[in-house]
Amino acid sequence: MEIPMIYYIVLSLVMFFAGVYGFITRKNMLMMLISIELMLNAVDINFAVFNRFLFPGQMEGMVFAIFAIAIAAAETAIAIAIIINIFRHIRNIDADNLDDMKY
Amino acid sequence: MEYTVFILLLPLAMFLLLGLLDSKLKPRVAGILGTLGMTVCTALAYFTAYQFFTQPRNAEGVIPSVTPYNYEWLRFTEHLHIDLGIYLDPISVMMLVVITTVSLMVHIYSLGYMHGEKGFQRYYAFLSLFSMSMLGLVVATNIFQMYIFWELVGVSSYLLIGFYYTKPAAIAASKKAFIVTRFADLGFLIGILILSFFTKTFDFATLTATPTAIITETAGATFLGCSVASWALALIFMGGAGKSAMFPLHIWLPDAMEGPTPVSALIHAATMVVAGVYLVARLFPVYCVTPEVLELITTVGAITALYAAIVACVQTDIKRVLAFSTISQIAFMIVALGVANDTDLHEGLGYMASMFHLFTHAMFKALLFLGAGAIIHAVHSNEMSEMGGLRKYMPITHITFLIACLAIAGIPPFSGFFSKDEILTAVMHKSTFWGIWMTVVAGLTAFYMFRLYFRIFWWKNTDCSHHTPHEAPLTMTLPLIFLALVTCVAGFIPFGELVSVNGQPYHIHLDWSVATTSIIVAVCAISLAAWLYLKENKKPTAMADATRTLHTAAYRRFYIDEIYLFVTHKIIFKCICAPIAWFDRHIIDGTMDMFANVTQWVSARIKGLQSGYIQSYVWILLMGTLLIAAITICCLL
Amino acid sequence: MELLPLAQQVLFYLLAIVIVVCSILAVTTRRILRAATYLLFVLLSTAGIYFMLDYTFLGSVQIAVYAGGILVLFVFSILLTSHPGESCEKSSLTKRILGIVAALTGAAVCAYALFTYQWPAVDLIETGEHPIKALGHALIGMDKFQYLLPFEAVSVLLLACIIGAILIARKR
Repeated sequence: MEIPMIYYIVLSLVMFFAGVYGFITRKNMLMMLISIELMLNAVDINFAVFNRFLFPGQMEGMVFAIFAIAIAAAETAIAIAIIINIFRHIRNIDADNLDDMKY
Repeated sequence: MEYTVFILLLPLAMFLLLGLLDSKLKPRVAGILGTLGMTVCTALAYFTAYQFFTQPRNAEGVIPSVTPYNYEWLRFTEHLHIDLGIYLDPISVMMLVVITTVSLMVHIYSLGYMHGEKGFQRYYAFLSLFSMSMLGLVVATNIFQMYIFWELVGVSSYLLIGFYYTKPAAIAASKKAFIVTRFADLGFLIGILILSFFTKTFDFATLTATPTAIITETAGATFLGCSVASWALALIFMGGAGKSAMFPLHIWLPDAMEGPTPVSALIHAATMVVAGVYLVARLFPVYCVTPEVLELITTVGAITALYAAIVACVQTDIKRVLAFSTISQIAFMIVALGVANDTDLHEGLGYMASMFHLFTHAMFKALLFLGAGAIIHAVHSNEMSEMGGLRKYMPITHITFLIACLAIAGIPPFSGFFSKDEILTAVMHKSTFWGIWMTVVAGLTAFYMFRLYFRIFWWKNTDCSHHTPHEAPLTMTLPLIFLALVTCVAGFIPFGELVSVNGQPYHIHLDWSVATTSIIVAVCAISLAAWLYLKENKKPTAMADATRTLHTAAYRRFYIDEIYLFVTHKIIFKCICAPIAWFDRHIIDGTMDMFANVTQWVSARIKGLQSGYIQSYVWILLMGTLLIAAITICCLL
Repeated sequence: MELLPLAQQVLFYLLAIVIVVCSILAVTTRRILRAATYLLFVLLSTAGIYFMLDYTFLGSVQIAVYAGGILVLFVFSILLTSHPGESCEKSSLTKRILGIVAALTGAAVCAYALFTYQWPAVDLIETGEHPIKALGHALIGMDKFQYLLPFEAVSVLLLACIIGAILIARKR
């Protein structure tokens, strides 16, 4: 383990804020979903890294990374179902067109 | 005498039954049910009276009072608690008899009079409610129970005056009655609170057993120059004056005639309006310790008696005449109480006379009202000008009405003569001035009653081509005949033996000098009335023209109503209520409106944040989180 | 994986470069299918990171679920909702500025927190693989540090998600 923990964390930090940037700037909802996946992935890395470096011999981080992956899969499935449904209605998946829930 | 509780419970049950089973019963069945309930009630009351007055007297010759029930309802302090119970003593038993008799007569009479009216069943329900409340009032063991039933009586009176609720005049009259009596009851309540605060009891028995307690307990405390005891009793009398329509709180009673006529007979002639008299009589030993209040009572009564008698002389609506006559007669009772004293039987003659007059007056005034109802039923109008010469068409009504008129005018051997004579004797004994005053009023009474009588039954020979008046049905004439019989014989009841100021038997003896004077005055007044009104002529009009100012003033009831209107509308509403309303509308409401308006204004400006774009939400959320994080970090540094 | 320290460093830097570059490209490219492809690279590199940390099971799950399952879903839905070769129009300047501000501020705050935090010193740096059997027991056990309840919750969630996805996406 020559590589310090902070390297991994900085890596996940970059990944996470790339996701944030994508989520805020991209109009396409599938792009927003991809950004969310990036953020979730960054979090998973953190789980694994903290487990490995701070709590060796335990497996909480890994187990929760697995749960997070499962939940990400579920979330993606639902989100894609919704997006396809929206596409069917308005032939478009731009988030800018979806402002019916405003004031 | 535990069964007396049924005298109260039966009408209550009838009220609930008739009130809840609306439209489930046929009107006829409802009326008969109500009447049957009242009949049982009356029988019970008579039996109570029989049992009560025949029980052995104690060593002082007093009939001991009985408290068959006394149930503690609310306890405030160790001494102060409100009880509900039944207290039987000579006057409450006498009142039971009066109320149930008149009420029963009115129930029977209404079967005919109210036949086919919309809300027949409601009418009977309200009558039962009224009977219950009035009976509860007279048997009250304590002043607070009396107050509760006092208000219930006021409510049922309100409901019955406003019975024809589609008629604006009836609604206005019911409101007026309620507000005026309620205003007076405010004084009553304050009086009760002051009295009970110092004497530490509500109980009548305790209050009257130690009447000087109020003086000793207040220890000479004064307020505005009068002792607190006087204030308390005067305020209590104010409640009584409101209910009994004493000047200047009388304004509601003439208007209350908008209600059905049997109701006027029951409530506004025979029972409810004498509640004030009954109240003073009930607390009489307490009143005796404050002679100045008794003087106030005398003065108020005497002024009312004269005022009402004068006004009654010029009214043209027959029910109005009877209403003012009622006010005047109740004032007689009040005056009689005012001049009485409880030192001995002879000084306390006024008390006995007052109760006696209450009893006889209830009978003959109910008779007069029921007779008037029969006449109105026949000619469909309240106005004298529509009447005249009815004696041929309505013989029974005519005879019974005449008997009642003779009784109220004080002609022997009818009941009114005896009671009125006792009152005049008592007043004369106390003060010659008031004695002469009341004799004049008695003369006026005879005059206006016979004016009424001649105008209705003589005056002209009607040629009612379009509509022939006819005698009332049997259900209406039966009560008339019964009450006329009572009026004929009631004077010979040895009333003084049963009811007197200290409970000892008092043998009534006529003071012939007073009696002769009053008979002569009455006969003169009747002759005057006959001379003016026996045949249709121009003399009354000429007299009215000759005294135009006085006549108009009396016809308009000396502008008392107008003065009230002026005071309430022009002074109270304008100077007190209007600023309060302004304050309420602009300051109180304005503050609340300001909150609402500011909230609305702010939200209209920030609603743009709710754009519907998820990305902007996320951005705001993120920046907010970062801000909090940054602040936290700064604080931790 | 037992690697030489130098090889380990080289591998890490390689993976780190792929992850950083591909993440940024994934969120900036205007071709959506390319974005999905960059995402695939990121996910695979992440799996590589897990392997480096000796979490081989986690890495396998990452490849199987993410790279294998989710990404296929993405590609399908991209093909369903857009024409191949079509590129999205550029985001507005305001939006990009806002995004950059948010991302950079966030990164700055987090980095500050990371670098100033006193990490607890852990003596024992354990290496080597967790036995899969232990993991299996942990997932279906009911004792302390065992996860039957979340496991079942996730299974119910997945079931609900299957039904929900069918309901939402079916044709009326």
